[in-house]
Order: sequence, then C-alpha cells, then structure tokens
Amino acid sequence: MEHLIIAPILIPAFAGMLLLLEVRERQHLRRLTGLLATLALIPVALGLWHQAATGEIDVYQLGDWRAPFGIVLVLDRLSALMVLLTAVLALPALIYGSRGDDRRGANFHALFQMQLMGINGAFLTGDLFNLFVFFEVLLIASYGLALHGRGPARVKGGIHYVVLNLIGSALFLVALGLAYGTTGTLNMADFAVKVNELEGNSLDLARLSGLLMWVVFGLKAALFPLYFWLPATYASATAPVAALFAIMTKVGIYAIARVYGLAFSGGALAGLGRDPLWIIALVTLGLAAVGVLGARRLGEMVAYLLVMSVGTLVAGLSWSSPEALGAMLYYLIHSTLVCGGLFLLADLVARGRGELGDRLEVGPAPIGRGLLGALFFAGAIAVVGLPPLSGFVGKVALMQAVPAPVYWLLLLGGGLIALIGLSRAGSSLFWRATGDGETHSLDGPRLAATVALLATTPALAIWGEPVLEACLAVAAQWAQPSLYIDAVLGAGGSAL
Amino acid sequence: MEVIMALMIATLVGSGVYLTLRARTFPVILGITLLSYGVNLFVFVSGRLSVNQVPVVGMSENPSDPLPQALVLTAIVIGFAMTAFLVVLALRGEGELNNDHVDGGSDGEGG
Repeated sequence: MEHLIIAPILIPAFAGMLLLLEVRERQHLRRLTGLLATLALIPVALGLWHQAATGEIDVYQLGDWRAPFGIVLVLDRLSALMVLLTAVLALPALIYGSRGDDRRGANFHALFQMQLMGINGAFLTGDLFNLFVFFEVLLIASYGLALHGRGPARVKGGIHYVVLNLIGSALFLVALGLAYGTTGTLNMADFAVKVNELEGNSLDLARLSGLLMWVVFGLKAALFPLYFWLPATYASATAPVAALFAIMTKVGIYAIARVYGLAFSGGALAGLGRDPLWIIALVTLGLAAVGVLGARRLGEMVAYLLVMSVGTLVAGLSWSSPEALGAMLYYLIHSTLVCGGLFLLADLVARGRGELGDRLEVGPAPIGRGLLGALFFAGAIAVVGLPPLSGFVGKVALMQAVPAPVYWLLLLGGGLIALIGLSRAGSSLFWRATGDGETHSLDGPRLAATVALLATTPALAIWGEPVLEACLAVAAQWAQPSLYIDAVLGAGGSAL
Repeated sequence: MEVIMALMIATLVGSGVYLTLRARTFPVILGITLLSYGVNLFVFVSGRLSVNQVPVVGMSENPSDPLPQALVLTAIVIGFAMTAFLVVLALRGEGELNNDHVDGGSDGEGG
C-alpha cells in the first residue's frame, strides 16, 4: 500500500494520456475512460485519508532519492483531506459535463484529467519547485478548460486569466530562486529548518521570498487585489469546468497554509505576512459581498460568493491558531462543494431560459421551476450561512475560533448582503417568471450531479460534529510542523 | 560579472514589465517573454556565478551548482509552452473580437 500515495497523480495522468489516443468520434469510450478514472480517485482518496487519519505522516521518495535531495510526496492529514475533497467534487462535475458539454470542444476529458493530476500533485508534493510544476500543470489544463466551448466572452476572460497567471508564475520563480539562493534547498521541510539558520542579508532575502510566495498564492486563491480575473473567467466557463474550478482557489489557500505552517509559524521569520494577509482577507470578504449585490448574472454571483468564501477562509487561516484552522477547513469543505453545486445549478436554470441564460432578469420560468427553486433556496441558505445547513455550522465554528469583532461584523454583514443579493436573484428567476420556458424536461444525470453536490450541505450539517472533529485533528497535526519535518528528513534511511 | 548579470536581469524585467502593461496583446506577449527571460536568468544565478567550472564534484576546484540549471531548464520549457498558448489565444481573440485590445474593446488608444 506504500505506493498508494502516488495513485492520485498517476491515475489521472494515465487516463489523460489514454484519452488523447482514443478516437475522437467515439465519445462514449472517452466518457467511460474519464468517468472510471475519476470514480477510481474516490476509493484511493478514502484509502489515503484512512491511512493519514492514524496520525502517521507518509513520505514517498520518488526514485528513492533521499530527502532533501530528491523530490518527495508527503501525505499528512491536510493533504489527504484536500485530495479527498477534490475527488468528491470532480465526479459530479464530470458526470454533468458528460451530458453534452464535453462535445463543445476537443479534448475536454483529457484536459479534465490533467487538471485533476495537477491539483492532486499540488496537494501531495513536499517540494517547492515541484509545487511550481504542478501549479503549471493545473494551470495549462485550466486554460484549455476555461476556453472550452468557444465564444468571445470566454476568450476575453481567458486572455486576462492566462496573462495574470503567467506573471504569477514568473513571480513564483523569483521566489524559488531566492529561496534556493539563500537556503540551498527547495524541499519544504528542509527549507523550514534552514530558514531559521539564516542571518543578515540572507534572512531579508528569505523574507522577500516568503512574501513573494504569498503574492503568488494570493493570486491563485483570488485575494484582493488579485481577484478581478475570477468572476469573469468562472462566469464565462462552462458549468462543469466552473464547478471544478471551485477547488482551484483552495489550492492557493492550501499552499499558504502548508508553507506558513512549516516555515513561518515559528523561528526566525515567525508570523511572516500574517497581518497583511488578515487585512487583505477582510477587504476581500467585504468587496466580494458588494460584488454579489452588483452581479448581473447568476454565474457571476456564485463566483463572487466563491471569492467571499476565500476571504472568510484566509482570514481564519491568518489567525493561525489550530482551532481557527480546523473551523476554516470545515468551512472550506462546505464552501467548495456548495459553490460547485451552485455553478451547476446556475447552468441548469440558464438552459430553460433561452436567450436570457442566467442573466438576473425577469423572463420565462426555468424548466422544473419548483425543483430548481427548492435547490436554489437550499443552496442559498447554505452559502449565506443560515441555520440549519452546513454554512451556519461553519460560520459559528469560525466565529468561536476567531474572536475578532471586525471579522464577526464582516462575516455577518457579508452574509446579510449576500442574502439580499440571492433573494433578489431567486425572486426574479423563479417567482416573477412570466409564462413557461421551453417544455422539454430536465436532464436526469445533470440534475443528479447538481443534487449530489448540494446534498453534501445537509450531510455536513448532520454529521457536523465528526467532520469538525476530523478537521480539528488535521489542524492539530498542522500546528506541529516538527512532525512533518521529522517525517520527511528522517525518511532517508527507510527504503521504499 | 555580478554587476553585468544584475543589470541584464534588471533590463529584461524592466522592459518586460513595461511591455506587459501595454493595452494590445502583441506587446503584452513580448513583455511576458522578456519577463520570463529575466526570471530564468535570475533562477540560473541563484546557484552562484562561476566561470569554467564543471558541475561535477571532483572534476574542478569549485564545482558549479547543477540544480539551478535543471530548474531553469524546466522553467524554460514551461514558459515556452505557455507563451505558445498565449500566442494562439491572442490570435483567436483577434479573430473573435475583431481587435487586439486586451479588454476586447476598442478605446482608440494605441498599443
């Protein structure tokens, strides 16, 4: 079972390459390959979570090159949780996409698998340069996916997205050059040790390297002032792609949590960039709430809700106590799945409204008005954080863990503003609808995928206590970076 | 040597940033290319500068560091692929939006 840790990277990699070879006309075969590979990720991720839940940190040395010289994959509770979340989100998104959206351009399935490979790799790697490589893998796949389906809006949003991320990659390389130049290592655990031995100019350069990493990860996570690309890109991407992208901002948050937890939670550079992150997260939270009110399309509104959740999460993260991180992880699971579900729902609504699409204007009622309306209602309650769904549990846990008045004010005020925006959207889409739209009925698998994602919110609320406890266990392990460092640097002796 | 290298990186990055801030896609692509050249050089020198030294221990007195060379090779390949993609995207943008402004609209201002 020791090789299981690399399976979340290898399965999508092989499936993706296989999909490139398959005949383009045989769409069924490609769908089957993609779905099987994505389905296989779930038992693998569950197995990894089970393995990590024992509290042991598994280190996999690629090519048996000893850490810190070779590249390592590291499985701790945090990475296992993120891999599991990716698998759970990806399957409904792909099922939705397999109902026709994959026909709108070439190689949807191959790109989808490559994207999964990049995301899983970023969560599992224990090497900073390897993190850069996996970022690029997931980005280049995401460029293809974001533009999937053509259309001027996608190209326009796509250019901004690609250019911004290329600049982000350049900054990341500068940060890595500085990190290597000062510490002579790129292994995260080794970097965390060596950075404490620096002094003078080298320490200042290492500080610069750390701050540059926050900028890069902040761009990935869509923090103020680097989030303006997100609503345009996500709202114009096809629905299954937007749903999968809900995890992409979390890759940035994960990277901040990982590097901060290891290298900057103690020692010479303790608390590096913590205060700016706190302020930036709060500004993001506030501005995204305004964005929710100003959105003219449902997809755009969900994208702003996603940015809002990023602000909420990073603020919790920068509080940097284990309790706050545990609550934040619960909220992260909730917001990823609910926003993914809402992106799919926005597309379902748009399908029945002809030319109007998901624009928030009064028009013909969407197909299955009652059912979609109920789903929208549940999703809105969850994402705003009203009882009894999981958003409420998450927000209460966050507020208990982060006793800062300004955070409470923004969290509650932002929730209220989002509630106003969502009620307005719901009433113009469902209540004030004039006449019936197209008559054909809702597509079964599409609806099932949407319901599956939105059904996680009552599930997360019912099993709130065990999930929250699991998140707190993840956070407790995160708060002891020495465990991770010892596991990686001590793994040299054991042959794999 | 260090001064020349630093000036070179500074010139490349400076011109890259300037061009990236232009409003047309062509200068932006050139700017990103220059930026990545500068950054690649930066990564390359993070292993310290040495002349006429082999990156193998025992072959020379002060072996140069092979790792930044490997890193920069990876970075070049990735940067090259990304730039190629951006060129295609910019061409498609011009085809679909009928102009080469980065925001897709024409505001009359030159690039």
